[in-house]
Amino acid sequence: MRGARFGDRLLHLYTWLVIVWLSSPIAVMILFGFNDKRSKSNTTWQGFTLRWYGELFDIPDLTVALRNTLVIALVSTVITVVIGTMLGLALGRHRFRGKGVTNFLVFAAISTPELVMGASLLSLFVSGNVPRDANTIIVSHVLFSLSFVVVTVRARVVTLDPSLEEAARDLGATAWGTFRQVTLPAIMPGVLAGAMLSFALSVDDYVVTSFVNGSTVTFPLWIVGAVKTGIPAQVNVMGTLIFGIGVLIAIANAVATRRRT
Amino acid sequence: MNPLMRGMTQPRTRRDVFRLTGLSAAGLALAACGVQGQKVAPPKADAVADYWAKQTKNGKVVFANWPEYMPEDKGPLERFKKDTGISYEYKEVIQENAEFFGKADPVLRAGQPLGYDIVVMTNGIQLQHMIELGYVVALDQSKLPNFQANAGQKYKERAYDPGNKYTIPYTSGVTGIAYNTEYVKDDITSIESLFDAKYKGRVGMMSDAQEIGNFGMIALGIDPEKSTEADWKKAGEKLKAQRDAGIVRKYYDQSYIDAVSKGDIWLTMAWSGDVFQRQLAGEPVKFIVPEEGGTIWTDNMLIPKGAANPVDALMLMDYLYQPAVAAELDEFIQFVTPVPAVQDLLREKAGTAKGAAKKALEEMVDSPLMFPTEADYAKLRSYTQLTTQQEQVFNPIFQSITQA
Amino acid sequence: MRRLTPYLLALPSWMWLAIFLVVPMAAMASVSLQTGNAIDGFAMTFSFSNYADAIGAYSPQLLRSLLYGGLATVAMLVIGYPVAYWIAFKAGHRKSVYLFLLLLPFFVSFVLRTISWNFLLSDNGILFGTLKDWGLLPADFHVLATTFAVVGGLTYNFLPFMILPIYVALERVDPRVVEAAQDLYATRAAAFRRVVLPLSLPGVFAGVLMTFVPATADPINAAILGGTSNTMIGNIIQTEYLTNLDYPTASALSFTLMAVLLVGIFVYARALGTENVLEAAAR
Repeated sequence: MRGARFGDRLLHLYTWLVIVWLSSPIAVMILFGFNDKRSKSNTTWQGFTLRWYGELFDIPDLTVALRNTLVIALVSTVITVVIGTMLGLALGRHRFRGKGVTNFLVFAAISTPELVMGASLLSLFVSGNVPRDANTIIVSHVLFSLSFVVVTVRARVVTLDPSLEEAARDLGATAWGTFRQVTLPAIMPGVLAGAMLSFALSVDDYVVTSFVNGSTVTFPLWIVGAVKTGIPAQVNVMGTLIFGIGVLIAIANAVATRRRT
Repeated sequence: MNPLMRGMTQPRTRRDVFRLTGLSAAGLALAACGVQGQKVAPPKADAVADYWAKQTKNGKVVFANWPEYMPEDKGPLERFKKDTGISYEYKEVIQENAEFFGKADPVLRAGQPLGYDIVVMTNGIQLQHMIELGYVVALDQSKLPNFQANAGQKYKERAYDPGNKYTIPYTSGVTGIAYNTEYVKDDITSIESLFDAKYKGRVGMMSDAQEIGNFGMIALGIDPEKSTEADWKKAGEKLKAQRDAGIVRKYYDQSYIDAVSKGDIWLTMAWSGDVFQRQLAGEPVKFIVPEEGGTIWTDNMLIPKGAANPVDALMLMDYLYQPAVAAELDEFIQFVTPVPAVQDLLREKAGTAKGAAKKALEEMVDSPLMFPTEADYAKLRSYTQLTTQQEQVFNPIFQSITQA
Repeated sequence: MRRLTPYLLALPSWMWLAIFLVVPMAAMASVSLQTGNAIDGFAMTFSFSNYADAIGAYSPQLLRSLLYGGLATVAMLVIGYPVAYWIAFKAGHRKSVYLFLLLLPFFVSFVLRTISWNFLLSDNGILFGTLKDWGLLPADFHVLATTFAVVGGLTYNFLPFMILPIYVALERVDPRVVEAAQDLYATRAAAFRRVVLPLSLPGVFAGVLMTFVPATADPINAAILGGTSNTMIGNIIQTEYLTNLDYPTASALSFTLMAVLLVGIFVYARALGTENVLEAAAR
């Protein structure tokens, strides 16, 4: 058994290595949030300063862009998770007419190049005379995140044992009760994973958003535009804060689970 | 069987697909009417006068621009508001010309307003399409006194918009060569250096068909503005040979500037404003206009069709040509201003400033990147003017090199 | 009521997909058969030769995209599976914390990540510059502007999309089953192969679907990390659409790409025998 435990430790270390690898560019981003840069470009280290933290909200459009991004990500994630989980359940558990087409559409939504999706959504909104704003961004983000939630949830659902739900129903639970007490807890890891993917996709999207945004600007849009003249250090600081808050949430979560056990 | 595959392989799928096709009849109808052409003839002079006669000042203006193209305190716009009583909305919504056109096109095609009164676009294919498709409001020349009085001659005579009919410049830049002085010890003067096997794998070229095509032609002694299809092909061959010899490391977009300042590439096609900012940061990069010539590009202000407040927009466009306002803008943007008087104003300001601010201002005033000399201007060429048919020949010649 | 359940569950997504995906896709299908140009207009000519022309002109980029997408997917599977395994079976109550940490870098805009990678991987930068100074690398060694960089970038950017679904499937497996299997089979490897791997296959399938498909269509990594001959099909579609305004070619290429990916996924599922495994799991 010692071999086994050694293997587990190795895997633990390996997992952390992968996390560090994935986070390594973030370290550079954090560092350059402290760069005492004297020109618009922020690519060479010129000394330490806390100035950008003090001037964090000095670029009003950037602040608005960040807020837009977070609101859009939250709303679109909630919608995607609800309807995506429903469809994932239907596909993973039930037989119904139109399942083949549904599967195909779920695939098509992933495989459509982003640019094509953005452009065709814009044509659709224009011909439907729908004004482009945060709502159209949310609609589009739900569209491209939906398949990821569906696929993730379905992968969970197909591994479930349907007899559990049957047992619950036999014991007199209502359909809703069965879902809340039995099904939902069982598929929760899939739902959560889908939610995280969906949030990450939304926060990071540039291409589709750039078509359907009207005059609403999001964080990635603002940054891509700023590349032309140099990205202000406040962008790094905001990135740092997003990351920092994320780490705090993770730590809080870790501490909370320790208490519980 | 896996659900996805089952869906795709079972016989009833085919029926489902037919059903799907039926559902999308609406989509087909939508497509059929969505892409009609509408090339328009330029409006007659009376039509322009009629249009402007019907417009009134509304007391507000919506300005769509690139990020970092306006001081953070919006100084020039605030002054405009104080002087004219016109309130403004300023939106940093333009990130890229092609993309901006891509999203403006369906809206304007459907005859809907973009929601902006002023839009800034670089001269080039997309701007040309905007004009050709009738998406741009012809300007009332009588309402541009500051522009007439203060714009440099070169900015009033632009081949892509003769007579300043549709646009006036916002800011300009030069395409030339940048090199990293840590790695390149010679003084680069010629465009031939970009084709020099000595720098194998260390040369950056731009991916934009116009930019790279121009440089290929300039290297062959051809003026891009007067070039023919045969010239493009010759330029294409030269650029292909350059690629096949392994001289080019990569065809860059904006990211060339990081690459050259870090030494990933040693010399590259470059835009003046970028290099100037890197110099201010103390990075070892130098910019030259090759002796054979470089190109000048301009970001232009225009009023899109359907704009709600064209009179206010025109007032603001002209207002930005007051030398003091232009100076404030240029000090922030650090590209080439269309108002030559700015150089003296910034020099005066440098005279009274102190410390780091003084030094920065002095560097700006003396920089040929912000204020090219007459000799620099003499070497500068404009983009090739292309019709749609020509473009369909021009683009593939160079894209087959940059996108192999 | 129970017979209606799947329809009710699927209804909201159906509406979403029908309005925002099917209608635009049908429009795209129509555009892909038209001829003309953006200025004079396009007309429907049922020009199926658009497909032949587009494929003829861009088959190298199409094949290259499939190769890069495939290589990156294999890399993600190899790198990601052990992580998903460890988190599912050994991370205890911290499972969600680890998953969150894996995804956190992706909450920060790709532009910032990209700039940072360019900084880290620069020819004479913090990493390679130091190694070169120590004489551990030849002076002209570089990673940026190479095929390796593009495939590496794809692997990096889509890795969480491989790890999460595998985790989701593995998490379902009772660790006691694994222990029992280890008692049953002679080696841990055999136990893994006979018990754990089959149970995780729905997750692997989902992961491959969610990574191979978008990675193959991705234009960003090739544009930022590639050199002079790493152009992928996503870049071509982008150029045709935005720069050349050649909507028919761009649409035809998009459909071709989708069709090829569909076939690829189908072949993959057959080769893996996913169907049998899923049937077993669903029973």
